[in-house]
Amino acid sequence: MNKKEESKAAQKDSSQIRQKNMIAAHYSRLARAPETGEKCAYTFVPGNLTELLRSFDLLPVLPEINALQSAMRGKSRDYIRLAEKAGHSEDVCTYVKCDLGMMESGNIGPTGERLPDPDLLLLSYTGCFTFMKWFEILREEYDAPVAMLHVPYQGDGEITDSMRKYVVDQLRNKVIPAMEKVSGRAYDEDRLKEELARSAKAEDDLVAVLESARNKPSPIDAYFGGVYYIGPIFTAFRGSEEAVGYYEALRAEIEERVRLGKGPITPDGEMGPEKYRIVVEGPPNWTSFREFWRMFAEEGAVVVASSYTKVGGVYDNGFRHDPSRPLETLAEYCMGCYTNLNLPSRVDMLVRYVEEYEADGLLINSIKSCNSFSAGQLMMLREVENRTGKPGGFIESDLVDPRYFSAANIKNRLESYFQMIEQKRAGVAARGA
Amino acid sequence: MTSLRYFVGIDLGSTTTKSVVLDEEGRILGRGITNSRSNYEVACEVASGEALIDARFGLIERDLKGRGVGEEECGRLLKALELRFREKQYRAQLDNLCVTIRKILDERKEDPAVVLAADTVLSTMNEEVSELYAEGSSRKSDFFRDLAGSRYLSLAESEARGRGVPYDLLVGLYDKAILEVENMPAAEDAFAAHASAALADLEGAPEALGDAIAAVRELEMIEGGSVGTGYGRQTLPFPKESIRSEILCHGLGAHAMFPGTRTVLDIGGQDTKAIQVDENGIVTSFQMNDRCAAGCGRYLGYIADEMNLGLHELGPLACESNRPVKINSTCTVFAGAELRERLSLGEKREDILAGLHRAIILRAMSLLARSGGIEDEFTFTGGVAKNEAAVNALRELVRENYGDKTINISPDSIYTGALGAALFCWRDHRRTRAA
Repeated sequence: MNKKEESKAAQKDSSQIRQKNMIAAHYSRLARAPETGEKCAYTFVPGNLTELLRSFDLLPVLPEINALQSAMRGKSRDYIRLAEKAGHSEDVCTYVKCDLGMMESGNIGPTGERLPDPDLLLLSYTGCFTFMKWFEILREEYDAPVAMLHVPYQGDGEITDSMRKYVVDQLRNKVIPAMEKVSGRAYDEDRLKEELARSAKAEDDLVAVLESARNKPSPIDAYFGGVYYIGPIFTAFRGSEEAVGYYEALRAEIEERVRLGKGPITPDGEMGPEKYRIVVEGPPNWTSFREFWRMFAEEGAVVVASSYTKVGGVYDNGFRHDPSRPLETLAEYCMGCYTNLNLPSRVDMLVRYVEEYEADGLLINSIKSCNSFSAGQLMMLREVENRTGKPGGFIESDLVDPRYFSAANIKNRLESYFQMIEQKRAGVAARGA
Repeated sequence: MTSLRYFVGIDLGSTTTKSVVLDEEGRILGRGITNSRSNYEVACEVASGEALIDARFGLIERDLKGRGVGEEECGRLLKALELRFREKQYRAQLDNLCVTIRKILDERKEDPAVVLAADTVLSTMNEEVSELYAEGSSRKSDFFRDLAGSRYLSLAESEARGRGVPYDLLVGLYDKAILEVENMPAAEDAFAAHASAALADLEGAPEALGDAIAAVRELEMIEGGSVGTGYGRQTLPFPKESIRSEILCHGLGAHAMFPGTRTVLDIGGQDTKAIQVDENGIVTSFQMNDRCAAGCGRYLGYIADEMNLGLHELGPLACESNRPVKINSTCTVFAGAELRERLSLGEKREDILAGLHRAIILRAMSLLARSGGIEDEFTFTGGVAKNEAAVNALRELVRENYGDKTINISPDSIYTGALGAALFCWRDHRRTRAA
């Protein structure tokens, strides 16, 4: 990689700067928590209960986000090494190892400030078994109380009344009492409803942004750019005024790009002509994020839809948080997260993306250390290929372990995939003629 | 006919660089191969140069037949001519080696004993050339580096001992010089010069051969375009629009060799590819090994080094096995340790080798399964396809897992990628012309 190029400041649009400031402010607030006395809960992105936490004035800390932020800042290699030294094997989820290594190194967050110890470990279990093991380790370390929310898997591809009741009962009998105890406040349903109403508003705008990729050219990259767009709503801001303002502004910014007929903006500037429209399944690699994105952008490949931007909530199927049924809506939200969907539902979603976004095909980034995502991916690839008639591609990398990002190999496969699409188009054109 | 337009495909691999030259009808004119070296540009130049030489030999043959020379006679004449031609080529490179080594000796103001030792080695090598290229002789490699290297090292060893000169110093001299020699492009008129000299050596050659050589020598060869592919693609010395993915090239190349091909397995030096193609040779799906090169050709290279064998000797030895050892790991890094452990357990070399070959193919079978399985017909390409033990293991595992399938292996399979690249080049040209 050209170091000089890499050091060039990344190009950002105004929404991205705003988003960055919001997240930085949250980290500073966390860092000051021991002085201000604010209480915090460690919790996960999929099935997060941010509105509920906010209604108790509890601050969320999201270990996966810390891990990916550490990776983007080049710190994950050392953190992972520390965790491996402590006995965690090479096959363990690298988010976990990165988080444990960070903890071991003084729990210094991505902005360079120390993160507070948890007052509550809110374990929302949505499809990833590792989450339980992760918090078992944190419980040993911090001696903090654990509130577990067991979210039933959508094995049959639907949410039944008994599943909903099962989650609501846990919220009412386990989670809310735990939050009351830690925060010293009583459950305030009116406040929760206000939060949820704001969530729904922001979710409307988020969906409009994601669906803007139906335009040609797409004004956004719904994977690499998408991770910035989902940042606030997947982390600490769902239900907040800041989130409402951010998504309003973001939507306006994107609508302006559509009006001007512009493609996405990448860290290296405006993208050239759109040549390929791709749907991507699986999380991105974070250690070489910019280089990874460049491999797409340089070939004129835009990601028009991705499953990863649905891990913290699926909204483009019509789901919105509904303030009139506060606990039920939270239960439905948790059960509807992408990783909690069964494989046929995931296939349906990806097929719909390929068709509705008029994509050239599905590309899977298979993550070495993530069983939750990787299981079934080859089956999904074949299914989507068969049902759409569009070619599939398969690459492999990892979340935050730089040792698993082989640039030459990934570039080789990506270029082959794009050329394969090109060839297929030429073949179709020739037969049509 | 005074000029001929041709199209070049080049496959820059980790071990060898291959080139295929097509004529305007998309027919193969010639093939060339050389060892990949530090300078990619030269490697590509040499490979294409070799393919053009091969093309010219083909044209000479065509011309001879046009002059009424019979098939058998034609073959005999060409074989004799090519042998003499290769000798001239070798001599020219040996001259370059001598000049280069002497230049290095001068620059270093080397001890007279060392100079004398090096001179003796080189003049002996010069004397041996005729023997090396004698009628009926066989050579272990076609690459100057290997041929000259093996003679130089063995002569240097006895010279060093006899004269009390450090052997390492003589070896270092060769290693330095060969890099320079390899990267010297051949002279512009090398074909004409070598062909004429070769003809002069052939006693009693019919007049027709001289006429055919003259006609081909006068033929102006015009490059219509080139497309490159291969492992070193990021650094290929071609403009971006002339670079094609090796996966697509292998798919198209295999289709051109065997039009019924639906599944392709390519095991090269550093990667293994499983490719599915449609009835037009268009790739529909592929899988390849990730950053780990376990089970690729390089693995066999390490095993050969570890056993002190030549790469080409592994397969035949493995074929002697009656009781293959079961081996699971094909980790290239641990290859040596695995081998030594097996030997220390008293396993026979051929049984271990048979097990290793099977392990490589098992890994390839997993990639094939992931790419969508094996469809009829199945074409096996890459350097490992030349290895009989690997092919046997493959046949067995294909039958076990997919039943009876037609398995194609071409003697020219090493040129599959280059052929695909050349076809892409030729197609591009045709499309532009049509438009």
